[in-house]
Amino acid sequence: MTNAQLIATDPGWVIALKALLIFAVGVVLTILSVWAERRIVARMQMRVGPNRVGPFGLIQALADGVKLALKEDLIPAAADKIVFIIAPIISVTTAFMAFAVIPMTGKVNFFGKETAMQLTDIPVGVLYILAVASVGVYGIVLAGWSSGSTYPLLGGLRSSAQVISYEIAMGLSLVAVFIYSGSMSTSAIVAAQHETWWYGMVLFPSFVIYAISMVGETNRAPFDLAEAEGELVGGFHTEYSSLKFALFFLAEYVNIIGVSALATTLFLGGYHAIPGLGFTETWLGGWFTFFWFFIKVLGFFFVFVWLRGTLPRLRYDQFMQFGWKVLIPSSLLWILVVATLRLISNEGSSRNTTFIFAGGVVVVVMAISAALDSSKSKKRNRVYPQAAQPSFPVPSLPQNGGDHV
Amino acid sequence: MEAIMSEQLEPRRTNEINEVDITKVSFSKVEQPGPKGFFTQLQGFWVTFITQFKKVNTVEYPEVKEPTAERFHGRHQLNRHPDGLEKCIGCELCAWACPADAIYVEGADNTPDNQMSPGERYGKVYQINYLRCVFCGLCIEACPTRALTMTNEYELADSTRGKLIFEKEDLLAPLRQGMLQPPHPMYPDMTDTNYYNGDVTSAHPSQEQK
Repeated sequence: MTNAQLIATDPGWVIALKALLIFAVGVVLTILSVWAERRIVARMQMRVGPNRVGPFGLIQALADGVKLALKEDLIPAAADKIVFIIAPIISVTTAFMAFAVIPMTGKVNFFGKETAMQLTDIPVGVLYILAVASVGVYGIVLAGWSSGSTYPLLGGLRSSAQVISYEIAMGLSLVAVFIYSGSMSTSAIVAAQHETWWYGMVLFPSFVIYAISMVGETNRAPFDLAEAEGELVGGFHTEYSSLKFALFFLAEYVNIIGVSALATTLFLGGYHAIPGLGFTETWLGGWFTFFWFFIKVLGFFFVFVWLRGTLPRLRYDQFMQFGWKVLIPSSLLWILVVATLRLISNEGSSRNTTFIFAGGVVVVVMAISAALDSSKSKKRNRVYPQAAQPSFPVPSLPQNGGDHV
Repeated sequence: MEAIMSEQLEPRRTNEINEVDITKVSFSKVEQPGPKGFFTQLQGFWVTFITQFKKVNTVEYPEVKEPTAERFHGRHQLNRHPDGLEKCIGCELCAWACPADAIYVEGADNTPDNQMSPGERYGKVYQINYLRCVFCGLCIEACPTRALTMTNEYELADSTRGKLIFEKEDLLAPLRQGMLQPPHPMYPDMTDTNYYNGDVTSAHPSQEQK
């Protein structure tokens, strides 16, 4: 029985309980991940991190949350009051909504009812996630706009431009998954991976593109331009305080977990065990599959933290250039290749055809990259016209041109 | 000696700068490295990853206290002569030297039945306001009798402003072995000069007052 069939017979109370569980897990995970992030980044910088509140500082994030909630809630006089209040709600709601279609376990016994830990399974589940993520941008834009202040407006525009740009790359990277699995339903994609290989290996370029764009999508370091403290104060949430700010905070972390969960579902085999450990999936009456899902999501979360601890923030133009000139074209090219390969195998052509095509693609890619390289080195070795030596001392010119990288 | 001093203090003549022939100034070529390779850039990830398992530099402060540098500028201390008399003579040089106006001193005359320090004068009121003090140490440099020095104590935070104005009794060094609580007479047959020369090494039995 597939997940979709399992879920279809859920009575109302199971659905309600699942929805509540998703919310609770989201909030608890946010608190824990804030703590974990601070501890891990601290270790990366040879510090200890929060270790005062509770054992190992575990309650630090909770204490911060309580403090945040009890603070004075300010609404600027120039703000558009209604939109100002709605914006964080949009952000946080959409962040949670994405979890509805993520399959977290296989078949389990949920208080006497056979079901799977997935709230709903719709045939276009992944599209639904993309759609919800797009609506989430409204939260950011509206927050920036309704604040009635310059910096939040700039920050909001930046983030929305960023999220929209990287959503294109993200959407394109998913196309290859759709082509291979033949479905847009999250549970069907997980099932398809279980039959063959994880798509993270088969469709490695897609996986890389998705992994990069999910960082851009969630406004996280090194793509956290919207919150560039030195330039934009706090970005779109500069004017927010108290619980409304906490909601944005919550939304950010739920989003991180959300995109990680989607990456797990689409590329790392979802709730299935890593190859070779398939026997563990029946442990605890199937609940052990949640452990595998959780481990994979945590792995992604660690990468998020690792990126933040390692890389400096990108400049805005570099960021946009990378998104539009590198990620999107390479993703388009990759889709072309995948689609053609898929067609070749569907039409039942011989192995030779496939190999010839693959070889041809490799040759073309190498030719393009070689051409790019030589044009780059030409640019670098360009000779600049020498002006007459002025009568005052001047520093020497840079030798390989002043062009940015 | 004076000649050398004046030579050093004389400002640089302007025409000396103009004498440099700018056509002969040489510049070193700046080598600008090109962008690093992809895998070279990935080394940064290894650095942060391996740092996680290194020993942290943090000192868990309230539980663990590391000694300060030997000459750390901490709380002040008013020192005593070996017989217990105060070194402070109430000259106010520290107060005058203080750039933050944190020190207040009132001197008074020593009398035979109220001898606080050797010589004529002693510091009757001595206050240091630690809300103003910048711990620059100019007061220590100004003190002619080495009465004022600094300790390594740095935990000076408190909850009210009043508590951070330290009085003389807060600043005075404790009585050590062989010292007597002033006021008491000076060591027999010793002048204040003898005190400053270090001829007094401890209190004499006759100094003790009933």
